[in-house]
Amino acid sequence: MSQHTISPEITYHSAPSENTKRIWKTFWILSVITLVELGIGLAIYNIHKEAQPNQALVHFFKGMVTILTLAKAYYIISVFMHLGDEIRNFILSIAVPMSLFVWFIISMIWEGDSWRNLKNTDAGSRPAKTEMVKPAAVQPGAPQ
Amino acid sequence: MATTTIPAGTKWWSGGKSPFNVSYGKVMMWYFLMSDSFTFGSLLIAYGATRFSENFWPDPNHVFNTFPFAGEANLPLAFVSLMTFILIFSSVTMVLAVHEGHKMNRKGVEKYMLLTILGGLAFLSCQAWEWTHLLTGHHIALLKDGTLGTMHTSIMQNPFGPALSHEEIVNALQVTPHDQLVTIAGTLEHTGGVAADLAKLSDQDLINQISSAGIHANQPGVVSFGGFFFGITGFHGFHVFSGVVINLVMYIKTRLGHFDERGHYEMIEKAGLYWHFVDLVWVFVFLFFYLV
Repeated sequence: MSQHTISPEITYHSAPSENTKRIWKTFWILSVITLVELGIGLAIYNIHKEAQPNQALVHFFKGMVTILTLAKAYYIISVFMHLGDEIRNFILSIAVPMSLFVWFIISMIWEGDSWRNLKNTDAGSRPAKTEMVKPAAVQPGAPQ
Repeated sequence: MATTTIPAGTKWWSGGKSPFNVSYGKVMMWYFLMSDSFTFGSLLIAYGATRFSENFWPDPNHVFNTFPFAGEANLPLAFVSLMTFILIFSSVTMVLAVHEGHKMNRKGVEKYMLLTILGGLAFLSCQAWEWTHLLTGHHIALLKDGTLGTMHTSIMQNPFGPALSHEEIVNALQVTPHDQLVTIAGTLEHTGGVAADLAKLSDQDLINQISSAGIHANQPGVVSFGGFFFGITGFHGFHVFSGVVINLVMYIKTRLGHFDERGHYEMIEKAGLYWHFVDLVWVFVFLFFYLV
């Protein structure tokens, strides 16, 4: 009965799990995903060093690390924060407001892209000058 | 925690019980974190929109490529991966503290809370080093008046714009005043000159020395880069700092036996939610500032 002193809002108590296997499993998943992300990050770095970087490949890799990051976020929220163990009603009360981010991100990125087009073309009065800009130089003394 | 047995067909909304089956304090912590995630989200989305509006954005692999005690070695991603692993690991020790709390094991909670606090302090130290390095480090860049000079990274300026070609560097050097030439020559490894000796050299000697060293120089980078970087990592660092303070309070309360008296360690769970949120935000800061 000692568990019932926690809070009157909890109708059905969950039994605490016996071992920490799930925690360590999640730790390894997060570590491996981070290592893969670092590998992709280094791949992007090396692609940028080429004279003609393959932009499509860079975008593909950037999309991949974004998806991997969302997977990490899922594991942190679901296992470490125990949201996955709560009942559906509560999960939805967090997840549904969060879905506002979908349009928030799309609209603002869209806005930023449009802003760049307007700046590059003087609000459409001249054609876009697609100038290829070189990447920043490596610091002096750094190995090439 | 995964073994909640709830009878099938439970009517959550019929009154008499909470439809969330979560204590009030924990619900409020979740809603606070949700609102906080919108604050962080807005900052990151403003950063994203600004970044999309620019033709050139500083490459993180050129901005963050140093490691403590490694001199000027080019090590992109190395230091930030250390910071990321510190935070992941302190998240694990936090969840282990919560686990020990479920078992009412005070010694276990104390041990893991202490490890979590140490992880937080280690992360803050890393961030302090990185900020100091950016604010005091000097890279060669084209200044507003068309001369070459050295520049640090702050919310006002940064030296990480598009690279200058060799001709542009040579031309800029011709109009660069003596003291700036001395400063630039002083940053070169191979000249090995003491500033006083360099100051005695003529402008032309200095220019020859600098251009033969094959220096790299950039145009100034987008000004908002520093504001977004220091603003967002600073706001996150402030969360880490307050998380460390909260964890410290929880550690002291554990030691004093407050939670044993109360009969449960739910406060550790709430502090844990906050701490994991800090880790969660870092995952996105890491992605948007360092990886892409």
